[in-house]
Amino acid sequence: MDNRHAALGLNDDALVAMYEKMLLTRLLDERAWVLNRLGKVHFLVSAQGHEACQVGAAWALRPGVDWLLPYYRDLGVILTIGMTPRDYLLALLAKAEDPNSGGRQMPSHWSYPPLNIFTGSSPVGTQVPHAAGIAYGAKLRGDDIVVYVSFGEGTASQGDVHEGMNFAAVHKLPVIFLCQNNRYAISVPQQKQMAVENVADRAAGYGFPGVVVDGMDPLAVYAAMQEAVERARRGEGPTLIEAKVYRLTPHSSDDDDRTYRPREEVEEWKRRDGVARFKEYLMGVGVWTEEADQELRRRLLAEIDAAVEYAQAAADPEPSDLLRHVYAE
Amino acid sequence: MADITYREALRQALREEMLRDERVFLLGEDIGAYGGSYAVTKGLLEEFGEKRVKDTPISETAIIGAAVGAAMDGLRPVAEIMTINFTLVAIDQVINNAAKIHYMFGGQFRCPLVIRTVGGGRRLAATHSQNLEVLFAHIPGLKVVAPATPYDAKGLLKAAIRDDDPVVFIEHSLLYSTRGPVPDEDYVVPIGVSDIKRRGRDVTIVAYSRMTREALIAAEELAKQGIEAEVVDLRTLRPLDMGPVLDSVARTNRAVVVGEDWRSFGIGAEVAARIQEEAFDELDAPVLRVSQLEVPTPYAANLEKLAFPGSRQIVEACQQVLNIQVGAPVAAG
Repeated sequence: MDNRHAALGLNDDALVAMYEKMLLTRLLDERAWVLNRLGKVHFLVSAQGHEACQVGAAWALRPGVDWLLPYYRDLGVILTIGMTPRDYLLALLAKAEDPNSGGRQMPSHWSYPPLNIFTGSSPVGTQVPHAAGIAYGAKLRGDDIVVYVSFGEGTASQGDVHEGMNFAAVHKLPVIFLCQNNRYAISVPQQKQMAVENVADRAAGYGFPGVVVDGMDPLAVYAAMQEAVERARRGEGPTLIEAKVYRLTPHSSDDDDRTYRPREEVEEWKRRDGVARFKEYLMGVGVWTEEADQELRRRLLAEIDAAVEYAQAAADPEPSDLLRHVYAE
Repeated sequence: MADITYREALRQALREEMLRDERVFLLGEDIGAYGGSYAVTKGLLEEFGEKRVKDTPISETAIIGAAVGAAMDGLRPVAEIMTINFTLVAIDQVINNAAKIHYMFGGQFRCPLVIRTVGGGRRLAATHSQNLEVLFAHIPGLKVVAPATPYDAKGLLKAAIRDDDPVVFIEHSLLYSTRGPVPDEDYVVPIGVSDIKRRGRDVTIVAYSRMTREALIAAEELAKQGIEAEVVDLRTLRPLDMGPVLDSVARTNRAVVVGEDWRSFGIGAEVAARIQEEAFDELDAPVLRVSQLEVPTPYAANLEKLAFPGSRQIVEACQQVLNIQVGAPVAAG
């Protein structure tokens, strides 16, 4: 198997570390579903099928320096940039110690100032103009940062996305728009959402590059992100990257995808699963073994077990804090 | 007379109006094969086809904007906005357009559109479980409906579809599975008519949507204490029918207004103001409000429970206007 990672500046250790984040995202997501079905987690949005895209994208960003406006499916992004399974589970279980919001915000509406992670609203796409605004501030101050903002192809139909992209284009702002196209806006298939094949084609209308990549391949996404980051830091403005992915689960714990997706289609995409394919690549280039994989799984599952245990035992928010944070204190 | 759910009552109303009037069509996110996020439109795509049951992109502005255009063009669109929170994305189309077109054209164009949307919600947090009915109720040119029972839901939705003005039709996420009797034959419940849901001589509870149910539960509880509460269900918030409220207050001399919205500048504020303007001499006590605490809805279950009003707070408010000493203060609202 050809070595594709060296040319991207990734050594073997980095490759294994990327795979670890992908597997962690998958295993943690699977555990969240179990907790949901056990009645311990009220609601979750799943990242399964998006891991390769998310880890590849976040790998090109500098933790604590660059800004991130991830959308609700971006579990792999926030884990790669530095949040932990414990952070995720504390939010999922709405605990006082939840670093996102102390149990106030919905799960997967990430917010974590130490890592410059900015929370979103439930109406989708509203984070896109925010990304333009954060980048505008950075440009005014002369800060050398990029702003990552992500959304699904469904959200690409929102007016806010258009307005945010146009604003970023006009001011040549250092924003990277990552559209994770999983082909369904909950139940509505892509052909009922848009009359073009690629969301990235729209970038031409704003005056910045639009790139389509295989989102099930972390190296492809990383390569596109690297280029977009360099372009942004040179002051040349935004890039729209469209990563073609497939969500392997329903949209959230509240819907049944059997009503709108044929099982054969889901099975077909499972065969192209990015996590399994990346493991094959690692083994193909000789940096990974089945034994190492089993050992990694054991270690990650132990970490997740510990995080679940910790989060379940953690305290609920204090009733006396009910009215806090509506205004500045 | 069959006992059906609120969800089924709404579905029947849509279906019957689509059969009755071929100008009626539905548009919204996930309303086709998926049958709607709250399963109200299930089966309608199969029965009426894609021309009349349109799945849309995630584009609330286009959903409502296109519905406004289609309505002006003579159709009867019923736009579904998945939750009331998402109407905010398209609020300009509602307030600056749908509400004002008839007026701005000097009556030459009508805008007979229905925006079906969902208020309330539990465990969905600050931007996903709001009660924003007052935003629409504030606006001349709109009609705003918020039914509490399957009977009213069906009859009011049919009236809304037949109405020549834009109607914001606010369902409640926690009511879809509730059941009640609904006649087999065609009927409408007129927009702008409040309804007395329970008779009582001691105190008037004014409510709408899910709070009507909570008010009825509270009334049962009060009855055990020898207090007979009258429950007036507003059903329509604009135009507001104060007749039954004022008649009731003239008999009970005391009123509690219940909404799941925030207290300040809310539906309760309007109803209380109207009572004191129009029935000041009838009152033996200040009108009290029961409402959500003034905090965005928290996600954590324990905090959320404290933020929303329920039958317990209604009971306490009624005891308070009756000057009955109780141990606990009114917690919410």
